[in-house]
Amino acid sequence: MTAAPYSLPRGIDRPRVADWLQRYGVYAAVAALLIFNWIFTDHFMTTDNLRTQLVQVSPVVIVALGMALVIGTEGVDLSVGSTMALASSVLPLYLGYGLLPSLLVALLAGILVGLVNGSLVALVGLQPIVATLALFVGGRGLALVIADGQLKQIENQNLLDLGTNSVIGIPIVVLIAGVLALLVAFLVQRTTFGRQLVAIGGNRAAATLAGLPVKRVLIGVYVLCGVLASLAGVLATARLTASDPSSLGNLMELSAITAVVVGGTPLTGGSVRVLGTVFGALLMQLLHATLVTHNLHDSTAQMVQAGIILVAVYVARERRSR
Amino acid sequence: MAPPEAAAAQSAPPGPPSPPPAPGAVLEAVGVSKRFPGVVALDDVSFTLRQGEIHALVGENGAGKSTLIKLLTGVYRPDDGELRLAGEPGAFHHPHEAQRAGISTIYQEVNLVPLMSVARNIFLGREPKNRFGLIDFPRMHRETAELLGGFGITADPRRPLHTLGIGTQQMVALARAVSVQARVVVMDEPTSSLEPREVETLFRVIGELHERGISILYVSHRMDELYRICDRVTVLRDGRLVHSGDLADTDRVRLVSLMLGREIAEVRRHGATSFGEGHTADRQPVLTASGLTRRHQLQDIALELHPGEVLGLGGLLGSGRSETAKALSGALPLDGGEISVGGRALRRLTPSAAIRAGISMLPEDRKAEGIVPGLSVRENIVLAAMPRLSRAGIVSRQKQDRIVEIFMKRLRIKAAGPEQKVGELSGGNQQKVLLARWLCLEPKVLLLDEPTRGIDVGAKAEVQSLIDDLAGEGLAVLLISSDIEELVEGADRIVVLRAGAVAGELTGDDVEENALLAVLAETGDSDDGDSHSDFGDSTDDAGEAPEAEAEAAAGPQDAAPGPLTKTTAPDAPPESAAGTGTGTAAAPAPPADGEPQSTPDTPGGAGSATAKEDPR
Repeated sequence: MTAAPYSLPRGIDRPRVADWLQRYGVYAAVAALLIFNWIFTDHFMTTDNLRTQLVQVSPVVIVALGMALVIGTEGVDLSVGSTMALASSVLPLYLGYGLLPSLLVALLAGILVGLVNGSLVALVGLQPIVATLALFVGGRGLALVIADGQLKQIENQNLLDLGTNSVIGIPIVVLIAGVLALLVAFLVQRTTFGRQLVAIGGNRAAATLAGLPVKRVLIGVYVLCGVLASLAGVLATARLTASDPSSLGNLMELSAITAVVVGGTPLTGGSVRVLGTVFGALLMQLLHATLVTHNLHDSTAQMVQAGIILVAVYVARERRSR
Repeated sequence: MAPPEAAAAQSAPPGPPSPPPAPGAVLEAVGVSKRFPGVVALDDVSFTLRQGEIHALVGENGAGKSTLIKLLTGVYRPDDGELRLAGEPGAFHHPHEAQRAGISTIYQEVNLVPLMSVARNIFLGREPKNRFGLIDFPRMHRETAELLGGFGITADPRRPLHTLGIGTQQMVALARAVSVQARVVVMDEPTSSLEPREVETLFRVIGELHERGISILYVSHRMDELYRICDRVTVLRDGRLVHSGDLADTDRVRLVSLMLGREIAEVRRHGATSFGEGHTADRQPVLTASGLTRRHQLQDIALELHPGEVLGLGGLLGSGRSETAKALSGALPLDGGEISVGGRALRRLTPSAAIRAGISMLPEDRKAEGIVPGLSVRENIVLAAMPRLSRAGIVSRQKQDRIVEIFMKRLRIKAAGPEQKVGELSGGNQQKVLLARWLCLEPKVLLLDEPTRGIDVGAKAEVQSLIDDLAGEGLAVLLISSDIEELVEGADRIVVLRAGAVAGELTGDDVEENALLAVLAETGDSDDGDSHSDFGDSTDDAGEAPEAEAEAAAGPQDAAPGPLTKTTAPDAPPESAAGTGTGTAAAPAPPADGEPQSTPDTPGGAGSATAKEDPR
């Protein structure tokens, strides 16, 4: 990651370096950060700290998994943050019936958002960035209307447990994110839906001519993204112990896109890197934590993150121009 | 461009009939070459556009026409050779520079601002200002109306451009070109989306430009149009210049054979291609299509495909060959028509419905519509068959690997392995991967759109003999090819298209090159008026002709031998009826044009002198 391609001596094949960086750069960077902290940062490589880091990054991972699918189709979903807020806002309304019903209603909100996004993209033919902008703005507005503009404390113990409990020493939230990552990886690699998704992102005209159900797959992808975002919204609510639709999931769309891009999935579609996405989210989280523990200001951390995004995008371009 | 210039160009009448290329040349390309990774798009091509002429640029797909246009208009820069503007060496680094030098380009798709008004489009970037420094709308609208009126167009200057018909939009683009003092107007297939009436108006405007001494580079595939309005012709093939000269000296059959690279006398049956003897086709058609119609593209096309036969689909570029194949495969929405396979009509015309019915199509554009470059050979082959090779939505690698292995062997696909990315293969192997994609669906009908274009000789021979084998196995094959030899030798029967309609069919011994060239070169008018034969015969044409003539005369002095002589024959208005005939009887008209034509060209000095004082 630190070896910027433009500083390479002559004679080194830049596209091949870029290729390697896009494939393995994110893992190498995470490893480098861990080693750095192990040596230079006190109390970093402790179970407690790593646990905290993982718990914090889990919602981002879950949202980024859905985002990776959408980006794989050469799309983007800006409405994920608002979807989180929407899911969070409907949650308290149905908690009286128990955790499961309210959870289902929250996920249903995500499905509906995905259906709207998917239909606008696949059936109406809007550009994804425009189509999802509508619910980026409208979704949070709706969430605020539903919550009456107020923050609501969560008192349902089952839901709170979801945010704090652990199974065999691993926080439930982290466990859920891990299982979902495996499921999404399986979906992408081994199912017709996943392979068709990748083919559509790689060459939509060819996919259409080959008789692929392009519209169905596209709608399905946005629905999945919506469901994952709403689940992330529920988990984030549980950790916050409150439903706060005005701030929950703010800027989440950017964090998710960053994780996907840094993880090596090209914005031009045709490829989905699930493990890369997980590590992309992890990298940004660890980077932030490292910089903050070394007493650098939040804004400095953001600038470093911006630098990493630039490198990731540059690497992707360099590789494509081969 | 002001009257004085046109007058200067035209008032010095007779001169030597054919001047040397350099004097009188407005725009020249001398030995230009342009290479792209893997292709030589233009190879040492020289081209001269003379003052005041209408110059046709023709060639099949990949001949290099658009590359040449882009070089001339500053979009690309030549790798070798140079451009000369009015005799002076020059190079455009940017399209703006070409525009400033007086070269306007009118593309197929109008490149104006659709939401702005007609007047704003015409004056875009040079709006007249009032004394407050604001746009002087009344003046702009008045001048626009005058300008358009001069071309016989009555469109409200205040209307947003996109509310006008595409033809009128094109006129507006032309009017803008004229009002920015263009010396050269490049038109890339301007009539491809026009109604016959709009074509007439366009030609009238072209006539106006011609009279003002503006040179026109005209790209079109429609023979009738070329012979009606053009003076000279340049033919490109495979990036090389194959012919340049007066159009009147080149008859249609010769022009077609120059474009296709086939000499009329030279007929070799079973020569260079790898096709075997003909097949015995089944009586019962497997695919029947009737009344396929789509605005501007297809007109009432009917076809039958029999098991075990290779039906060739012939026609020049733009004749509707690919559109027909796309329509049959459900990829092109139709305004009307019916397709049935094995006697059962397809209810929905979508690619997936067609595939289910047993129709497979190999698209013409391998890169854009065929391969998914980032995916492996395996995944590209099984792309369409994936649902059949899966259970409960989960992909079965064993089933895939079995199919992929069979087809990689059968088609001799050369790749490092089934997991190599398709984007890394050669064109021929990519094409084989696509053929495998369609063959593993076990289709009844295989539509092949230019299956051997851009692939190496070895792969070409393999693909050709594969087509032969497939037909031998009872598949119905539709073969589209610009390579006449391939078409004639590969097909058992050939249906020829022209202007989106069936123009003729060759069967039995008629499936040979001479007969095909003859049908290709036929004029659209001869078979009594199926396509746009309503050229000269509408009453308004007769009515408009003298009017335009009068206007022309009022402008530059001595403008008598105007462009309309072309539509109506040398001696003006009353003859317009004769214009009807020009299409068919191509012989008398062009020579008559030839002479008045060379007149304005000849005084080369005058031409270039005015050209020099003119820019900006």
